[in-house]
Amino acid sequence: MSVSKRHEEGMTFIVKTVTKITLGFILLYGIFISVGEHNSPGSGFAGGVIVALSFVHIMLAFGREAARNKLRLFSTFLLISTAAAVFLLATVKSFIKIPYFLLTMPLCETVVVGGGLFVVFITLVLIYKEK
Amino acid sequence: MSVYLLCLILFSVGLYCVLRMRNIIKIIIGIAIMEYAANLFFILLGYRTHGRSPIYAPDQVVKNMVDPLPQALVAITIAIGLATMLLLVAIAIRIYEKYGTFDITKINRLKG
Amino acid sequence: MIEIYLILLFMIAAAVIAVSLKDMLSSVVAIGAVGIGLCMAFIILKAPELAIMQLVVEILSLIILVRATIRKDLPFSASGRWLFNTVVTLLFFAVFLTTAYLSLKCLPNFGSPEMKIAGVYLTEGLVKKGIHNVVAAITLDFRSYDTLGEIAAVFTAVVGILAVGRRIGKKREDHVGE
Repeated sequence: MSVSKRHEEGMTFIVKTVTKITLGFILLYGIFISVGEHNSPGSGFAGGVIVALSFVHIMLAFGREAARNKLRLFSTFLLISTAAAVFLLATVKSFIKIPYFLLTMPLCETVVVGGGLFVVFITLVLIYKEK
Repeated sequence: MSVYLLCLILFSVGLYCVLRMRNIIKIIIGIAIMEYAANLFFILLGYRTHGRSPIYAPDQVVKNMVDPLPQALVAITIAIGLATMLLLVAIAIRIYEKYGTFDITKINRLKG
Repeated sequence: MIEIYLILLFMIAAAVIAVSLKDMLSSVVAIGAVGIGLCMAFIILKAPELAIMQLVVEILSLIILVRATIRKDLPFSASGRWLFNTVVTLLFFAVFLTTAYLSLKCLPNFGSPEMKIAGVYLTEGLVKKGIHNVVAAITLDFRSYDTLGEIAAVFTAVVGILAVGRRIGKKREDHVGE
């Protein structure tokens, strides 16, 4: 048990250090792809998948335990549900007018897709965990 | 016209994989190939010769653009395809855990 | 347009390799090659937005498929009702290919689409909405109910995977069994 646990703690020291540096840049690139949708190629879904990939990056470098300790399921689902509700209200435009419409809708889509895919990846890995 | 035929051949490869294989992961791969062929067919329908991508420059009016409506439809299809593939992989892992195999002809026990 | 033919032939070759290999991990890598070929075809067909989406989605699904197939190789066995399955498959293929070939004649020629609906979007997208990217104008404004459906599908898939992969029911079964 202890041998396997030590084996699962992640990659080497070099990978961990480089991950700490590049993580913010990957997250920022995802938000850039999402926000600049209205006058350059890119979409909210692609930005959301890039955000989810940056979280997956943490998990591959630091091991399962670190990623699972950082995930708080209730807060994540509260965030996803809030973003989905804002998106629903923004789509049904006859009831409400959203300020900064072109920035709000891609950001809501990014939050829903990024958070949802990260939760899915954690779940698929944890099925193996107890096997 | 021959581009459409090549796209149809790609679809047929995926269809053969779904119909004939017995491994669940192979069936997921066949569904992915069929999805790729369908997306490519939509984009091929909207292409215009010597066209331009549908993005306006700030100080320029361009007439000759490709059809933007299939691109908007395919952008939604890709997202739904990713969600479908994730759900299929989750169900396949669950089946492996319960029965110990990926072979679909051995998953016929009606056990708890 | 010789490039699109070359890329389509490359995709067909990679798909045949992915179907016919026996090793699961090699097969998954070959399906990644098909996805990258599709990404290049999108760039040549003047759809840069879809190329970005396809590249990113391909990476994520490749990681998850490798996660699913690692350490679980199964030898492929083709025993069973071989003759019956082959005959049914060939019959199905004949019907499908005949119908598809008959319906291919009604399509417009490659390179000259009929743009009845999209002409309105192209002329009014920048003037009325102020969005330079016409595809974003369609997905965000003209047809935003489609995007709402996409978000609903992703959300439902997340909830479904959490329901499939949960651990609580199994633990209770074990306690009862002990």
